[in-house]
Amino acid sequence: MISRAHKILFMVMLLACVIMATFLIRLRNRAQDRLQAQGVEAPASIAVAPGIPPRTVTLYVPNDLDGSLTAVERSLALPADDNAQARVLLESLIEAFHATGSTHPMSIASGVNEVYFLPVPKSQSQSGDPGQLAVVDLSGALAAAQPSGIEPETLTLLSIMATLHANLPNITEVHFLVDGQPHETLAGHADLTRTYLASEANPEPSPPESPAQ
Amino acid sequence: MRWIEAAALLTLLVPASAPMSAVGQTAPPTTQPVLPAQSTAAPSVPPAPAQPAQPKFVVVLDAAHGGSDSGAHLRPDLQEKDVTLTLTTRLRSTLQAHGIAVVTTRQSDAGIPALNRAETANHAQAAACLVIHATATGSGVHLYASSLSPAPAVRLQPWQTAQAAWITQSLKLESEIDAALAHAQIPITLGRASVQPMDNLACPAIAIEVAPLVGGHVTTARDVSDADYQKSVVDALVAALDAWRSDWK
Repeated sequence: MISRAHKILFMVMLLACVIMATFLIRLRNRAQDRLQAQGVEAPASIAVAPGIPPRTVTLYVPNDLDGSLTAVERSLALPADDNAQARVLLESLIEAFHATGSTHPMSIASGVNEVYFLPVPKSQSQSGDPGQLAVVDLSGALAAAQPSGIEPETLTLLSIMATLHANLPNITEVHFLVDGQPHETLAGHADLTRTYLASEANPEPSPPESPAQ
Repeated sequence: MRWIEAAALLTLLVPASAPMSAVGQTAPPTTQPVLPAQSTAAPSVPPAPAQPAQPKFVVVLDAAHGGSDSGAHLRPDLQEKDVTLTLTTRLRSTLQAHGIAVVTTRQSDAGIPALNRAETANHAQAAACLVIHATATGSGVHLYASSLSPAPAVRLQPWQTAQAAWITQSLKLESEIDAALAHAQIPITLGRASVQPMDNLACPAIAIEVAPLVGGHVTTARDVSDADYQKSVVDALVAALDAWRSDWK
């Protein structure tokens, strides 16, 4: 048998929960309204401080028909932060994939969750700065939209690496995640378990090396 | 726990010239002639020097994907795993008709892990390993060698980078296939890529990705499942491997 005191306590706690939930929902709505009033679309978007002049950047756009990467210059207002710069560059690149008449078509126009930077450990034989490792966290939606095949997947990875290295030369190595997790392949072919050297993304297709016996 | 670490390290190493399955097994019988003990005491006719065994020319064909891994959806009714199996079956028959020994990693719609595919290929000590793929993107045939940097051959190769010691040979094989496909007027794209199980293969290895043929001045548009198109690709590959038979050593 439940006592009258327990019943009253339960009702009071239930009422408190409802009031707190209502209060939190109102707070969230107010924050959303404030962000929209400031012209920020969503918390995940990249804020670029007003007044920053646009900079010419180079995007390497793949061509599926001949397996090449073509340098395309764009004028972009880049944020001061390196991570945000890398995200803006890669989002612009994916927009180029999505554009009408693209030579490397993709059905979505966005797909980079975050880009993180880590210092590359210096080896004993190395002199000078070994550079930085960029960890590119791609979205699951981009991996799902990526056309499957060795060529299209490899070209996507190479264009990302070439674009990052061209505009942020300190990046010497690139590793890929999908939705924050290690992934075996991008869409069934290109290996994402290894770390790539940024220099592997040579925009000019290299002829086969002459066999050295 | 040290012995466990040592055992794990051994399983990740591939002997440069011995099959993977030999790791941890008894050594194969030696081919060196064993002289009797008294042969130094009395003059006798020395045994004829043993002829060095000629390595057999074996080609490994790996039909990519299979089972629940369907690969690319080339059309709503056509999956990559089926195209790769058809191509591999045709190529195997034609190679065998040319007197070339063939080992395949997959002969049915079965899911074979990349590790097992590499193990089968390395066990065969093949003269060429062809990893067959298909895609709906691009035009013609895409040839990919591993993106690993060349490394000198050592007795035990790390499993993850076993292909590094074979890169020079792989690029030679790639140019042989490139020439044969060009002769057949099939557009070719050359590149380097990191695709499983290529980096684990201890043999000259190339990934061959067959894409549809886009119509042009000298080419007629063909689907990747077109039997005539597949035959022209298979014939070019057989011609390349025939030429490789005299060049690979």
